[in-house]
Amino acid sequence: MLKNNELTPEALRDSKAYQEWGLTDAEYQLIADDVLGRLPNYTEAGLFSGMWSEHCSYKNSKPVLKKFWTQGEQVLEGPGEGAGIIDIGDGQAVVFKAESHNHPSAVEPYEGAATGVGGIIRDIFSMGARPIALLDSLRFGEPTDTHTKYLIEQVVAGIGGYGNCIGIPTIGGDTVFDASYQKNPLVNAMCVGILNQADIQKGQATGIGNAVIYVGAKTGRDGINGASFASAEFNDAKASQRSAVQVGDPFMEKLLMEACLEVIHDHRDVLIGIQDMGAAGLVSSSAEMASKAGSGLKMNLDLVPQRESGMTAFELMLSESQERMLLCVKAGAEAEIVQVFEKYGLDAVTIGEVTAGHQYQLWHHDALVADVPVDALATKAPVYQREKKRPSRLNKQSHHQFMPRIVDATGALKKLLQQPTIASKKALYNTYDSQVQTNTVVKPGSDAGVIRIRHTDKALAVTTDVNGRYLYLNPRVGGEIAVAEAARNIVASGGQPLGITDCLNFGNPEKPEQFYDLDESAMGIARACQLFNTPVISGNVSLNNESNGEAIYPTPMIGMVGLIKHQRDITTQDFKQAGDAVYVLGETAADFNGSELQKMLTGEISGELFDFDLVTENRNQRLLLRAIQKGLVASAHDVSEGGLITTIAESCFGNGFGVKLKSEISATNFFAETQSRFVISVSSEHKAEFENLMEPYATYLGETTADDRLWIETADQTFDIQVSFAKRLWEGAIPCLLK
Amino acid sequence: MKFAVPVFPGSNCDHDMVNALRDILKADADLVPATTTDLTAYDAVILPGGFSYGDYLRSGAIARFAPVMTAVQAFAATGKPVMGICNGFQILTEAGLLPGALQANRSAQFICETSDLIVRNVETQFTSDYAAEAHLQLPIAHGEGNYYCDEATLAELRANHQIVFEYVDNPNGSVANIAGIINRQGNVLGMMPHPERAVEAILGSTDGLGIFKSLLARHEEATHA
Repeated sequence: MLKNNELTPEALRDSKAYQEWGLTDAEYQLIADDVLGRLPNYTEAGLFSGMWSEHCSYKNSKPVLKKFWTQGEQVLEGPGEGAGIIDIGDGQAVVFKAESHNHPSAVEPYEGAATGVGGIIRDIFSMGARPIALLDSLRFGEPTDTHTKYLIEQVVAGIGGYGNCIGIPTIGGDTVFDASYQKNPLVNAMCVGILNQADIQKGQATGIGNAVIYVGAKTGRDGINGASFASAEFNDAKASQRSAVQVGDPFMEKLLMEACLEVIHDHRDVLIGIQDMGAAGLVSSSAEMASKAGSGLKMNLDLVPQRESGMTAFELMLSESQERMLLCVKAGAEAEIVQVFEKYGLDAVTIGEVTAGHQYQLWHHDALVADVPVDALATKAPVYQREKKRPSRLNKQSHHQFMPRIVDATGALKKLLQQPTIASKKALYNTYDSQVQTNTVVKPGSDAGVIRIRHTDKALAVTTDVNGRYLYLNPRVGGEIAVAEAARNIVASGGQPLGITDCLNFGNPEKPEQFYDLDESAMGIARACQLFNTPVISGNVSLNNESNGEAIYPTPMIGMVGLIKHQRDITTQDFKQAGDAVYVLGETAADFNGSELQKMLTGEISGELFDFDLVTENRNQRLLLRAIQKGLVASAHDVSEGGLITTIAESCFGNGFGVKLKSEISATNFFAETQSRFVISVSSEHKAEFENLMEPYATYLGETTADDRLWIETADQTFDIQVSFAKRLWEGAIPCLLK
Repeated sequence: MKFAVPVFPGSNCDHDMVNALRDILKADADLVPATTTDLTAYDAVILPGGFSYGDYLRSGAIARFAPVMTAVQAFAATGKPVMGICNGFQILTEAGLLPGALQANRSAQFICETSDLIVRNVETQFTSDYAAEAHLQLPIAHGEGNYYCDEATLAELRANHQIVFEYVDNPNGSVANIAGIINRQGNVLGMMPHPERAVEAILGSTDGLGIFKSLLARHEEATHA
């Protein structure tokens, strides 16, 4: 627990209490000797602990993040601001970012998930954009024990509770279950916004004498030093650290969002900068705004709206109370801005001003309680080049692919459809409002969510993806596949991939084997991004995802946005009518290491990851997109976990059509997870043109039927099952497990 | 025909409603703040969905005290049409303009899906565009849509044909599968499904159009009469 009886600078040094906040001895020494030339007081040390946490400073991941490709003519704003921005033409732009809320969600799943959503929404509207879509990428343990069920139920309720209330549709995401996440669930939220390029805002505080205005909820003692909490390794003792978790109020955020957007649109002549108070609350927002502008800043903490009495400067600065923003406004225009917030019933108080020089000064009860160089807080955290060592698990890998022998094809399919990771997530996403704002064309459950852009012919496709099992077997190739699969989902929906955001969820980077995973996967992501022309425009790093020394699978979540140029190109995975030709685009090999089938049959995943070729992937994606844009495609679905058979079954489920197919592929290989494949249906009138375009990469399998029957004659066996029955198994599995 | 769409703090389907009215139905529609005290300039009022005042305490319980609700009461008393969608329906029951109450869904979870409805009364000014017993597909999105009323009220609703919409597969536990009801006078309608989300084919359904078309046709008749 944090103490109200603050230690003297000397006592702080001697007791090393700063270690509790995540500062190392070396970092403390650096602050005392190099930055200040004196001992930091309690408040100052606290400011540094927040700002130099991994969450705010990226001190462990900076050398890795540098490897990302962030260029591209479409990029209007790359990493560094609240969120990245990409040009979509016609003077409009799309803004998006993802953020993790893993540790808070492990401790207090409802509020952890809810405030994760709230935080990412603020990042989007602080850029001047109206949020138009939310996605969630979730990882839980196997849903068999009561604690995991509790986590799932509460996380899902928290996401819905926030997004539904504020009125932003949750249109996609992905949920995976694996024992690897049993004690360290992942909750990654992504928000997408749209804006006119003239409205782009920056988080900056320039102009000596300009006002620093605090708006939104009052500050309380919730989430004190949460950034440091989130950046530390998790253990059982921490499970009781609920005070480090924030509490969300979506109603307050709705008002705050509307008020901020009104200021951005109608008072742009006096608004200098705006930033969310996220991780490390008031200190990070204010220090970053001043540092970015090369300004100094002073604030009087007595003026900060407070929910509790007797709060110390340390608490006020490091509280992570939600639904707060910081504005920099031209001197003299304060009243104009305050009036807007008053209309919404919100606090808006001038608490400081931009100063000459580069000092960051805080006053509290008439005393100067902090006086530090602002750049030291915001940009001068030490950067660590961590040691990298190939993990022993990779050295011990078998070079052979797992060779399953399926003797009962239909039986195996039935079982596979009920695996939690394969089964329908409808029971979860049906609790999210996916249609508010009336722009949702493709709802959750397809490859990507699709939102039309009102008053234009354009639409956006959005998805989140990553298969941690593949990264566990090969972090670099797994990283490439994560981006490739996201792009595949966008393309299957008719979109041209535009760019990505990411949440890099990894273990402790101070362990050389963990750092290897982080660094290698970043290289894989970078290479794939360059090939797909999808720059990384924003993101977040969540390290120390370990529980009692055991790391999660390396899980760099990729959130991708694509542009659909014409709404007629919007494509879904469901078969559309009987008599359409069914094709698989791409080759199928006996690729089983890391597959759902390997997990189902052996209870684990192992061996060297199968081969993957980005060039083939890119070619197949381009082929499909061209076919869609020519109007030849009735449905398209990417092949991922569970292989070809799962993909075909899912395409049957949507509209209840059957299939009658024949293939040279063995029944077993219908479960293989070879990448770069799509299942495509084409109406008879477009068959010739489609085959001509796809030659020789697509293979004709047969036709869709009006019968309630999935019938596939493979090289050795026949899949034969009622579609409606298979669908019941697939949809019923999760509700049954969560009971 | 001029529609007023009151905006309570926390309303979030207000713009969707106005977009449907303006862009699709080509009708006049204004967003009016919850502080509005006079609605006499309008021909119809639609209370939109959302989470008014955060729906803290109970859905619609705080909204009913907003100044605009006094104006809505007065407006309804003149016989002009008032409609409440989702949170708007909850507010209308809290305000006593419609009988009964909306409780938490039977599943205790928020539900967002497309519901199958049957129009049970096409003799109202909100439903005259539909064929008798028409089946509609309208989106629902609510946590508290489980309509409840006592036996006597239900009997009265039935006797007076006040049950306008029924669910085919009751999603939330509502008494008598009730999805929407009208007041005795026939000018105040409340419904949980969202017709404003079903006015464009690209969004999946146009079955909601009939409600707005019914209102527009009635107004047209009245003004030309």
